[in-house]
Amino acid sequence: MDFLNAFVALANFVIVPALAYGSQLALGALGVTLIYAILRFSNFAHGDTMAWGTMCAVLATWGLQAAGVSLGPLPTALLAIPVGIAGAAVLVLATDRVVYRFYRAQKAKPVILVIVSMGIMFVYNGLTRFIIGPDDQNFADGERFLISARDFKVMTGLDEGLAIKTTQALTMVVALITVALLFWFLNRTRTGKSMRAYSDNEDLALLSGINPERVVTVTWLIVAALATIAGVLYGLDKSFKPFTYFQLLLPIFAAAIVGGIGNPLGAIAGGFVIAFSEVGITYAWKKVLGYMMPESLEPDGLVQLLSTDYKFAVSFVILVIVLLFRPTGLFKGQTI
Amino acid sequence: MTRTIGLFALVAALILGTGFLQSWNSALIILNMGLVSAIMALGVNLQWGLAGLFNVGVMGFVAVGGLAVVLVSMAPVPEAFAAGGPRVIGALAFGVAVVVAAVLAWKKLGKGLRGWAVAAITVAGFFAYRALLDPAVDAIEAVNPAATGYLGGLGLPVLLAWPIGGVMAAGVAWAIGKTALGLRSDYLAIATLGIAEIIIAVLKNEDWLARGVKNVIGLPRPVPYEIDLQADPGFAETASSLGLDATTASTLAVKLGYSLLFTAVLVVLLVLAQLALKSPWGRMMRAIRDNETAAEAMGKDVTRRHLQIFVLGCALCGMAGAMMTTLDGQLTPGTYQPLRYTFLIWVMVIVGGSGNNLGAVLGGFLIWFLWVQVEPMGQFVMNLITSGMAEGSAIKAHLQDSVQHMRLLTMGVILLLVLRFAPRGLLPEK
Repeated sequence: MDFLNAFVALANFVIVPALAYGSQLALGALGVTLIYAILRFSNFAHGDTMAWGTMCAVLATWGLQAAGVSLGPLPTALLAIPVGIAGAAVLVLATDRVVYRFYRAQKAKPVILVIVSMGIMFVYNGLTRFIIGPDDQNFADGERFLISARDFKVMTGLDEGLAIKTTQALTMVVALITVALLFWFLNRTRTGKSMRAYSDNEDLALLSGINPERVVTVTWLIVAALATIAGVLYGLDKSFKPFTYFQLLLPIFAAAIVGGIGNPLGAIAGGFVIAFSEVGITYAWKKVLGYMMPESLEPDGLVQLLSTDYKFAVSFVILVIVLLFRPTGLFKGQTI
Repeated sequence: MTRTIGLFALVAALILGTGFLQSWNSALIILNMGLVSAIMALGVNLQWGLAGLFNVGVMGFVAVGGLAVVLVSMAPVPEAFAAGGPRVIGALAFGVAVVVAAVLAWKKLGKGLRGWAVAAITVAGFFAYRALLDPAVDAIEAVNPAATGYLGGLGLPVLLAWPIGGVMAAGVAWAIGKTALGLRSDYLAIATLGIAEIIIAVLKNEDWLARGVKNVIGLPRPVPYEIDLQADPGFAETASSLGLDATTASTLAVKLGYSLLFTAVLVVLLVLAQLALKSPWGRMMRAIRDNETAAEAMGKDVTRRHLQIFVLGCALCGMAGAMMTTLDGQLTPGTYQPLRYTFLIWVMVIVGGSGNNLGAVLGGFLIWFLWVQVEPMGQFVMNLITSGMAEGSAIKAHLQDSVQHMRLLTMGVILLLVLRFAPRGLLPEK
């Protein structure tokens, strides 16, 4: 019984939140990795692209809510995701047309593109705050819990409850569908294959008659979709605040690099590595250990390795360790 | 040369214009932070312009400089030190020893064993370190938490904190550079971005060090207080002979005092930076930047030189950070934001002209001026746009409230325009 209780406590406080957070990071890291594979630079504006797409979705959600549309137990925001994706797509395609295309034609060095993306980051940041303001916005509705802690206790008769929020379950389902679609697209469709060819060898792809501008456009569209979905899921799970999205840049990049930047499978693995380490290291283990150990050995402190505010330190330390000992990331090869 | 003089004259005119049109107090506030920004830009320019190192952790080093001001100039808190000072210092020393032991184990042991040895040392070391540190920290933070709750500083003159801030930032930079400098440019960028966040997290959470988010206020000043000046009959007399009332005159005098101190520091640093740029060392740096492989083939130790200039550039940022905290008179870890303290400095360097020290200084002043003045300008534009709208309409209110976010947008647009149409900046490198 104690073992079961310990496991439920662990699932409740570590496994479920980390799975949800990991899915969100993985979707974000997939966007970063795709841009790196096709456009060959680290996009510093990715966090703000997420914020922008989410903002469009939030505004659409409010519109739907005002019109009385609802999905019952599911959050209305699900219906608004396409609007968010469209908004993000318009923004990134316009940015590509006005800004990035010029540097592509010049064959500018990647580091110049990184600095350009810093400028874009400022602009997106300003735009998002201009429209929705810098404050926290709540747009989640519907059922709050799939299983609440009390129901679970009554159901199983255990001392510990396992609460699964609707948004957490939803995050995992949506992320799974998105990733499956993405892999199907990259591996099975003509456009997806041309993207992979372009990423592998640009010149050879051009010789085989692949239209580079089309590849780039499709890439931005996918990135807009991934960023928006990741952003909306994160916003539903926690809350939407432009600055938090900007700060997500660090764990997202860490996830992409840890997995091997340019590699989609790596991005997903990296997302979960980062999420589990962050949640595991900042979680107070007292409860779990209390169940697992004999009473005499029960810890008297919280057994929290680091305070929650140091979660950045966790992604960073993992990042540095991977970069020092396995610079190519967990999954070798820069290919999508 | 004429271009340089012309652009600096423009900046001077902008600041003087602020003085004539708005107030001399605003003009001096812009000038003082402009001077500090110029030093930060000089530091980033050393790293990026001279050596091509992509450091986006400026905020962290600026904050370390700010911490130095607290540690150097605040009065010590003897009760707190008695409660846990030696224990905290011991714990920190132990932490350093663990890291050193892990590094040594990695270097000395054979291939099969070293991974496990390092893991064992770090894990055991971490728990021992926490066991040593936590009770000491609790003891210190329990001492009068509302007013102190930290160790305090050394009670030395605050001006000493500026060079010490530089040295502390240099120390942090050395440790970081040792691990991260071998990385590719965009990986280094991500790594430094992370380090800056960690430094801020430490400042926010380690209350025993500098009170965390409770802030340290009332830092000693290198210039007299306004109240004392106003009470001084000689000062009041001079003020009235200049046609000013004593209150305004005292605020101006204090700000002018800072301006003079900052200008002196900037001039010294600028001269040094110019000498470095023109020296054989500077030429070597640029050679490394332009072609690392060739420089390495010529026998230059690229990694060492990179570490050297990384440390130097961060030291400048730290010094500027110490000066800024002195100017503010308080250390508020909650206010450090990467857009303001890292990316804005980058805009300064790129707009001014990377690789050119005068360009970086110019960028520092110009961008800081715009950062401050975009808001009133935006207000004006917004009033113009909304003048036709109905009074009390929601859109009008929203637009007017959003003016403050114009500055981020403007900075982004300026950066993009400069990168597109003058990629080498306003004052290009020769």
